[in-house]
Amino acid sequence: MKARVFVMLKNGVLDPQGEAVRHALGSLGFDGVDGVRQGKVIELTLSESDEAAARSTVTEMCEKLLANTVIESYRIELSA
Amino acid sequence: MKAAVIVFPGSNCDRDLAVALERAGAQVEMVWHKESDLPSDIDMIAIPGGFSFGDYLRCGAIAANSPITRAVVAHAGRGGYVLGICNGFQVLTETGLLPGALMRNAGLKFTCHTQELLVETEASDFTSGYSKGQTLRIPVAHHDGNYNADEALLARLKGEDRIAFTYGNNPNGSVADIAGVLSENRRVLGMMPHPERVVDTAHGSTDGAPLFDALVNAVVSA
Repeated sequence: MKARVFVMLKNGVLDPQGEAVRHALGSLGFDGVDGVRQGKVIELTLSESDEAAARSTVTEMCEKLLANTVIESYRIELSA
Repeated sequence: MKAAVIVFPGSNCDRDLAVALERAGAQVEMVWHKESDLPSDIDMIAIPGGFSFGDYLRCGAIAANSPITRAVVAHAGRGGYVLGICNGFQVLTETGLLPGALMRNAGLKFTCHTQELLVETEASDFTSGYSKGQTLRIPVAHHDGNYNADEALLARLKGEDRIAFTYGNNPNGSVADIAGVLSENRRVLGMMPHPERVVDTAHGSTDGAPLFDALVNAVVSA
């Protein structure tokens, strides 16, 4: 089973990198970009085949290491 | 006074920190991160600056899960002293020993210069060698020193007099210009500036020396 973890800065936490990307897009002539948020994707290949068990384990991984929940939120996608 | 300096792969201020502590009179042992126990009778632990584990994932995140870090957390839990400088501060927030988080500098640039720093409290064994309101000149060198705290945490830090230092001319976007914070029991200090780089007249300044002197004296006279 594969898991994809999306880690983003929480809403309300200023994302200076996203802002820099937004400015760069503007200077390239892409108008109408009102906001950019930059995050990361972490792909995990798991030996677990039960979806509920995998979700529970990956949630624990996110809480302990993959995300800093003080400033970041995370979302988990599972696929076979 | 026995101090342990923790060394991670990528630490690069560990020897400077050991020299600063020895100069203040401490007996220093370097401890590799894979150790699971600290040497016996350790009074304080210092976590140095650098780029532990290449700053992979987030600054300090991997180091915060090293075997030795469990011993550091246990030492703090017993009321032991812990000092984290720069990457060491990032490690301490990642372990939860200190609240808040350190994010990418608001200006996105790595900042490296001598920084004006204000002493916000002298009520700790780290800062008792300074006077409240005193201005120090201490180097900073970091890419992720932008201290983040929500309003509730900020109010709590202020109310409990736990902001140790603030920046004179904020170099990184830190909330309320915060450069260093103390734990609830005032025995854990994390700070982005590098006091260990200014402890000898040959360094051009000795503004960092009173921090190490005060700490060693506090332990020796306890």
